[in-house]
Amino acid sequence: MTLKKKDKDFIHRISAHCESGSIASLLCNYGIEVSEPLVFGIGSGLFFGYFSYIKMMEMPLIAFRNMPGKIMKNTAKRLGVRFEIFTFKDPEKGMDALDRTIDRGIPVGIRAGLYWLPYVPDIVRFHFNAHNLIVYGRNGNDYLISDPVCEVLTVCSRKDLMKARFCKGAMAPKGVMYYPSDTPDNVDFLPAIRKGIKEVCHVMIHVPFPLIGVWGIKTYAKALKKWPEKYGERRVPLYLGHAIRMQEEIGTGGGGFRLMYAAFLHEAAHITGDDRYLEMSKRMMAIGDEWREFALHGARICKNRASDGDNFDRLSDIILDCAGKEYQLYKDLWEIVR
Amino acid sequence: MEKKDVPMDGGKYGGFSHKYYVPDENGDYVRVLSSGWEPLNIANDKFWESVSEDLAGVLEKVKKGELSPLAYHMNRHMMDAKVLAQYVGLPRWRVKRHLKPRGFNSLDDEALKRYASVFNITVEQLKETP
Repeated sequence: MTLKKKDKDFIHRISAHCESGSIASLLCNYGIEVSEPLVFGIGSGLFFGYFSYIKMMEMPLIAFRNMPGKIMKNTAKRLGVRFEIFTFKDPEKGMDALDRTIDRGIPVGIRAGLYWLPYVPDIVRFHFNAHNLIVYGRNGNDYLISDPVCEVLTVCSRKDLMKARFCKGAMAPKGVMYYPSDTPDNVDFLPAIRKGIKEVCHVMIHVPFPLIGVWGIKTYAKALKKWPEKYGERRVPLYLGHAIRMQEEIGTGGGGFRLMYAAFLHEAAHITGDDRYLEMSKRMMAIGDEWREFALHGARICKNRASDGDNFDRLSDIILDCAGKEYQLYKDLWEIVR
Repeated sequence: MEKKDVPMDGGKYGGFSHKYYVPDENGDYVRVLSSGWEPLNIANDKFWESVSEDLAGVLEKVKKGELSPLAYHMNRHMMDAKVLAQYVGLPRWRVKRHLKPRGFNSLDDEALKRYASVFNITVEQLKETP
């Protein structure tokens, strides 16, 4: 196993989600051709968690993906790629280490606070501390940045980048940086895909904890019914808007990652030659569309509370239906991969 | 969702448009850039509306002398006392004290500089509100 970095210049790849996108982009630049949905699937990115007691800007945390950093670790383990991962206490030391690495010509993935990155548009500028991006070079104090969710290559000054890497608050990145140091000669995707799907199914249907997985979706649906009286007429559109943003905002690929997972299952069918995945992919796509239906009706309530037929009971029903369908899907997937 | 269903409702995303992996007419998955989706725009508007409402409320309190200018700058950057305390390396109760005019006025230059550097502004700007 040796490191086979391509001699060509860094290739910028646009992706839907920052973490799976930056891992896919790094791996591609080291000669392992993987698409973003494939990394997302192998890294077992799909998840659901409704943590009403963890507040994110005073709102309950509704997670549609696993913990930041998990996708990288899972993918590395399952594809046999070794990642060098560093964290730092001292910001200056962290920046110096980054300088040394990119000066050797190695593109480096870093995690940073979205709020302090100067090129981020105002509409998505909030304190999200686990945004992944790739630094692939520098001109003096200007760092060349390939942000996977941004369409073009950008630059960022040393001062801003330092602030973003060492931002504080929940999920503080502590200047984490990573790059693949060892890549296998040929990658066997079959077991990796199997393990990736297996973990998702396990977390979604087998973990007996009411806030995560399909059980978590049901809890969420039940809690949603009580939102109007819990938060009051005036505040409830804000909470509903928050739920929609968590589900559909940049980085999710739509429908709370369900659409991206459908793309992964489709690709899995091609790689493994197993047509059963194709049907699963279609079902997952339908579930993703149903989640988007929820966003559509929710937005109507946000805008005008009096509209006909849209109420929290209906929203709750849509999500309960999703939960039922997802349960059946993971059960069938489990039968395929176990 | 298929390629033809990808929403193109517009939004203020700059180079950060939404990306969807959807099947095209032949059933092959392609990545499609979307300019924005109306329900999401509504949710975003709601959120930013509430942020600016909260900020206006804080500003009023600063003008009345109930809160210090630091409270305004903290809210402008969507932080709370807990996060700000981590940025400046002080205990939360001390930061909370500095959010009141009396605590803020007793701050020395060193502490003011620390607060100002968090928000990327000068000490003079820190003492001012619009």
